[in-house]
Amino acid sequence: MAYLLEIKSLSASYDSNIVLQDINFKVNENDFIGVIGPNGGGKTTLLKIILGLLKPIKGTITFNNELLSANTIGYLPQIATGDINYPVTVTDVVLSGMMIKKKILSRMSLDDKKRASMVISELGLKGLEKSPMNELSGGQLQRVFLGRAIIGNPRLLLLDEPGNFVDSTFENDFYEKLKELNGRMAILMVSHDIGMISSHIKSYACVNRSLHYHPSSEITNEQLLDYGCPIQLITHGDVPHTVLKQHNHS
Amino acid sequence: MGGSIFQYDFIIKGLLGAIFASITAGLAGSYIVSRRMVFLSGGITHASFGGIGIGYFFGFNPVVGAAIFGILSALGVEYLSVNQKIREDSAIGILWAFGMAVGIIFIYLTPGYSPNLMSYLFGSILTVTNADIIALGIMSVLLIIYFSAFYRTILYISFDESFARTYSPYVNIFKYVTTALVALTIVLNIRMAGIVLVLSLLTIPPNIAMIFTKVYSRIILWSVISGFIGTAAGYTISFFAGIPTGATIIFTLVVLWLTVKCIFFLAKKSRITGKKAKNKKL
Repeated sequence: MAYLLEIKSLSASYDSNIVLQDINFKVNENDFIGVIGPNGGGKTTLLKIILGLLKPIKGTITFNNELLSANTIGYLPQIATGDINYPVTVTDVVLSGMMIKKKILSRMSLDDKKRASMVISELGLKGLEKSPMNELSGGQLQRVFLGRAIIGNPRLLLLDEPGNFVDSTFENDFYEKLKELNGRMAILMVSHDIGMISSHIKSYACVNRSLHYHPSSEITNEQLLDYGCPIQLITHGDVPHTVLKQHNHS
Repeated sequence: MGGSIFQYDFIIKGLLGAIFASITAGLAGSYIVSRRMVFLSGGITHASFGGIGIGYFFGFNPVVGAAIFGILSALGVEYLSVNQKIREDSAIGILWAFGMAVGIIFIYLTPGYSPNLMSYLFGSILTVTNADIIALGIMSVLLIIYFSAFYRTILYISFDESFARTYSPYVNIFKYVTTALVALTIVLNIRMAGIVLVLSLLTIPPNIAMIFTKVYSRIILWSVISGFIGTAAGYTISFFAGIPTGATIIFTLVVLWLTVKCIFFLAKKSRITGKKAKNKKL
């Protein structure tokens, strides 16, 4: 399978505070990787590095130019970034995802607008095209931002803590939607809450300053030690679950 | 008939002034109101008084001094907010008072009486020169071109700056340029409305528009229209009543805002009670 991007012995820091140290990581076509780890462990920093928002202090990140450039990455940030009270409509926000493909002076074409309305109805937001953002529910907002991330048909989709604002009624639909999207694009999903992570994930990367990659769904008993406290998983009989092999973040 | 020619010239000047003021203030105002930059704009306005004082003292056009001071303070505050080295509201507060202090000191040091000083503080159409009107006209054209060329870019940066950074390396440049244009707009409108009142010329029209629309392009359009109604009516009233232009314009705009607000409030109420009555019948 062709790779999309490769990170080699990369370190990143904010001022003198090293957040990621000497990590190696590869994303292949059609991967669905869950990036897990405690808060402050460097998960969002990893996304920033991939998006080009933060320059590494050491190491390299290489894109497979035939398949991927920084311009073909879709990104669903944590909800706090946009000003919900700003006067923009649902269509405006979804369309803004096309900006990754636009030159600075180019305008939105009729095709772009058709595509926006397609994405909007695909995500079950039909009828809300002209609604301002502050009239939407949390679940609807998330779908609008997901629409913004996928309208440009990216080869790689980055999701930062999507569990933060999923309402429980929409949760299942949301993860089903991701599974469907995974047919078209690789997905990298960050979550500090492993209870919230989807069962469609194919592999895991544990990030806590260092990065450990678990290629497939493994089962051992001690992966949760990463969190520094004993955790018990309590589930009902049919809930799918995954337990990963133990490793140390040194 | 010299008087009527004077009057004709005066009316043209007032009309053009009203048109250009409402276009520039409508475009810049929609930007600062929806981005919640009203306090920053207040800082820019008052800081520019320093430039006016220096202009008086050294004998060059005070508007040029105000423009330099306004743009520099706008860029300074944007720079501080981008780099987050200091609390933005404190920086604005300091700049606000510092500009006023510099202005007062230099005007005090200028020998003789400064006859136009009041017009800078409170605005007066009588002291607006043809050059002022031309400058406002050029500014209108510039802003229309800028906002229509970069409409989507400005909209998306304003809505979600950190997302915009993921696809555009120009976010900071756009913020600087737009804020500098806002500063220039404020300074050029000082002759019409005065330092003390010019901010309301930018903030009231978008607030009128936002009563009935939440679409950015329509907010701009209705800001310009309501700004023109307020400015033209205020200008006419001030002419016939012989009261200061700036104050009359702002007074008219506030009355317009209250009227529109009441109309929409009553319309909403009657729609709700109408629905209730309908439900009762059913």
